[in-house]
Amino acid sequence: MPQNNYEYFLLMPQIIIGIGIVLSVIIEITTKKSEQILPWFSIAMFLATAVYSILDINQNFVLFGGMIEVGGKPAIFNFIFNIGAALVVLSSIDYLKKYGTYFGEYYILIQSSVLGMMVMSGARDILMIFMGLELMSICFYVLAGINRKKFSANEASMKYFLLGAFATGFIVYGIALIYGTTGSTSIQNLSENFSVYSTNIVFVLGLIIFLIGFSFKIAAVPFHMWVPDVYQGSATTVTGLMSTTGKAAAFSVLIVVLTAVFGSNAHSVTRPYFATISALSMVFGSMVAISQNNLKRMLAYSSIAHAGYMAIGLAAGNAYSIAGIIFYLTAYAFMNIGAFAIISIVEDENDSRVDLNSFAGLHSKSPILAAMMALFMFALAGIPPLAGFFGKYYVFVSAIQSNLTWLAIVGVLSSVISVYFYIRVVVVMYFKDSVEDFKITISSFSLAAVVIAALFVLVFGIVPDTLMNVITSVIH
Amino acid sequence: MEQNLLLTYLLFTPVVGSVLVLFFRNEQKQLARWFGLIVSFVAFVISLVIYFRFDPANPQFQFIHQVTWIKSLNISYHVGVDGISLLLVLLTTFLTPLTLLSTWKAIEKNVKMFTFSMLFLEAGMLGVFISLDIFLFYIFWEAMLIPMYFIIGIWGGERRIYASLKFFIYTMFGSLLMLVAIIWLTVYASGMLGKFTTSLVDLYKVGPTIPHQIQGWMFGAFFLSFAIKVPIFPLHTWLPDAHVEAPTAGSVILAGVLLKMGTYGLIRFCLPLFPQSAVQYAPLVSVLAVIGIIYGALVSMVQTDMKKLVAYSSVSHLGFVVLGIFAMTVESVQGAVIQMINHGLSTGALFLLVGILYERTHRRDIAFYGGIAKIVPLYATILMIASLSSIGLPGLNGFIGEFLILLGSFKSPVLNSWWFTIFAATGVIFAAVYLLWMYQRIVFGEVKNEELKHELTDMNLREMIVMVPILFFIVWIGVYPNTFLKLTEASTQSILQQVGTYTVNLLK
Repeated sequence: MPQNNYEYFLLMPQIIIGIGIVLSVIIEITTKKSEQILPWFSIAMFLATAVYSILDINQNFVLFGGMIEVGGKPAIFNFIFNIGAALVVLSSIDYLKKYGTYFGEYYILIQSSVLGMMVMSGARDILMIFMGLELMSICFYVLAGINRKKFSANEASMKYFLLGAFATGFIVYGIALIYGTTGSTSIQNLSENFSVYSTNIVFVLGLIIFLIGFSFKIAAVPFHMWVPDVYQGSATTVTGLMSTTGKAAAFSVLIVVLTAVFGSNAHSVTRPYFATISALSMVFGSMVAISQNNLKRMLAYSSIAHAGYMAIGLAAGNAYSIAGIIFYLTAYAFMNIGAFAIISIVEDENDSRVDLNSFAGLHSKSPILAAMMALFMFALAGIPPLAGFFGKYYVFVSAIQSNLTWLAIVGVLSSVISVYFYIRVVVVMYFKDSVEDFKITISSFSLAAVVIAALFVLVFGIVPDTLMNVITSVIH
Repeated sequence: MEQNLLLTYLLFTPVVGSVLVLFFRNEQKQLARWFGLIVSFVAFVISLVIYFRFDPANPQFQFIHQVTWIKSLNISYHVGVDGISLLLVLLTTFLTPLTLLSTWKAIEKNVKMFTFSMLFLEAGMLGVFISLDIFLFYIFWEAMLIPMYFIIGIWGGERRIYASLKFFIYTMFGSLLMLVAIIWLTVYASGMLGKFTTSLVDLYKVGPTIPHQIQGWMFGAFFLSFAIKVPIFPLHTWLPDAHVEAPTAGSVILAGVLLKMGTYGLIRFCLPLFPQSAVQYAPLVSVLAVIGIIYGALVSMVQTDMKKLVAYSSVSHLGFVVLGIFAMTVESVQGAVIQMINHGLSTGALFLLVGILYERTHRRDIAFYGGIAKIVPLYATILMIASLSSIGLPGLNGFIGEFLILLGSFKSPVLNSWWFTIFAATGVIFAAVYLLWMYQRIVFGEVKNEELKHELTDMNLREMIVMVPILFFIVWIGVYPNTFLKLTEASTQSILQQVGTYTVNLLK
């Protein structure tokens, strides 16, 4: 256990963001051009945090009397959140002008949501988890509806808020039952005495309700109803953030809580649950995505399917599967942020140009955008050697190790289905002629975000060890 | 150990070439064409060097180059060739430059991208043939789908979108089930050997020890993936669509090399990894193969579209190859390998010839033509040779392969029945019917359409340069097949030995 003052030092990533938020608010108040300063300030802050987290990855401690963990797995998650958020901010700069929300608050909200995620991933106490979750979720509700003049954004924000509040209710109720039966909110306590608690039906019920609440947050079937509308209605860059880092944060909690369960090998409670929602999500997400014409909506359903693939790892529940999920989340963050950034470039005012037809003939309009989009689509479909493939590969391996071969087979079959709609995007971009005649103004900032995301997808695909070694080094 | 890097040079020549071509400007069409041709020719030269340094008496893999790639999964970049894969590597590097040359005029749209796709495709195909790591094999197997998909989808015919999608999803379906089997196999191997391994050499030891019932499933998953690619009846329906819609170059590569990846997979993975199941299911697979032979031939007979006719004839010819592989005698498997090469040459030639006609008249229906012997005598002669080679006329290459396969299946202890041979032999007769009939309708008789006289010109120098090397090998294999047979003999024996040791009990 480190010394008291040292504890604050170790908490540096959260502190950087925290101070950054305060500074951002001051900048917002004092300057007139906050919308021009804040994006760069945010990016600098996110990059500093990401780099700091990775450099300090081996300083793995639990601080403040078992409240929050630093280094190790949370450090990797911090990396995902911060790099993801930095890319989203980069692609937002010009998009916001188009979208009609060119103000500084947007960036402050993103910063706060990232802080919430970081608290979630590090939390070692159920109440800390809840605190982080609410910080993140509330920022997301606001971000979803940030353009109050847009009907669709309002609808998305409202739906998100109502269903999110519902899920939060579940989580709190679960926490209450867990606390009621164990008298403690510490995850370590949960882990150590799990075999005692698990005989108590009320505790198991609390745990299940808690897991259901988080199933909402990862957007798994049958708790996915909010996803399509919210993803479609929100600003495209915000959707990119919610669908990747938000999902990663929810998964980080599930991993932490379930590690407590895995530790005592009590798969009987969680495996059937996660295997079921995983199979349902994969099949449902892939099938429904086929009939979508709106790309944002299609990616929303694809995001449900991807939650299913990742949940395979939760069902398998071995050390390997956790590494697999983290790899998958990282890969997914870059693929999806990249794809949404491209949509945000092509998108026009009033939510137009986000359906397949608008992408027809994109190859002749902008070869680079089309090539990048094709790369992300192939990566999402899981074609080797791109990062998405290895994500799937790792979770499938873990499933087979845990004798869940049937789940792996469901996984590959739904991958085949999903190939259809990912490839369809490539079809319209390359094989069809342009339907709508318009000129795309490519923002160089957004393009930079796209290219960086693409580089990560390529590097993690061609040399997956760069990431996998880091992940396995922190999993005990 | 300088020579061990040769395969890596070979593999990366087209990879580097395809990356470089991206830096060309769109207008530099001629430059892109020449560049693609030169790069693929360099690859051919490298493969020739490998051929001359190869020791055919050694049944082991040669020119091995192994570098750890993904340490956490013990996956390595591990390449090497034996006689069988070397022949297919040569076929690939031989056909690619010729195909590129054949598209000189036909492909005008986006030449840069086309050259990129072709070179990328070549790298993928080479990777499939030289991978000695099952995971690496899978990566190439999947990655090569993408360029082929683009080749059909961008430069294809009217229904190209439908055809390319069907091709992609069909193949993906098979290969993803194979992925599950691969993962299962490696997880099982990690239990047996105490370490996670994807090396083919290690897995050869593990595969046959898999419990009987599970081995059946594993065999099924691998077989399905390869069967779709071959394609074996009744999984062939993607093939006619893909062939008809693909541009000539796509068809040539598809028929010439891509289909061989399926049969190569059967030899390299299905037989040695799951010998018991392979022997158990051999009669069943052979029945499908024979059905494919007869069905493909009968359907070819009634086609009115030349390209479709050649496409269905592929189903028939590949049926022979599958029969040869599952007869599991030295003659039949060697025959199958030779037949793979033969089919690549003769069907490749036929597709090129159809393409040459199409380039001039933009018609592929047989009824449109007639009497072109008088207009284009040179073309008619070459079409004659290619057709006869496809039919299996003694003295040309097709005969050798089919003869060896029929001979081997006749005395095969695994199949243990003459009926396979008897029914398969009818396929040879049917082949003569549909090809000669097509030839007769196109070439002989009176000139049917006046416009043919204006539009049709005989083959030019570039087209001759493409065709002559193919014809040269058609005759060479027919007259002196030993050059090629001796290359595969030791490797074939070694694979059959692997099958034999584990299945002694199964065969009385």
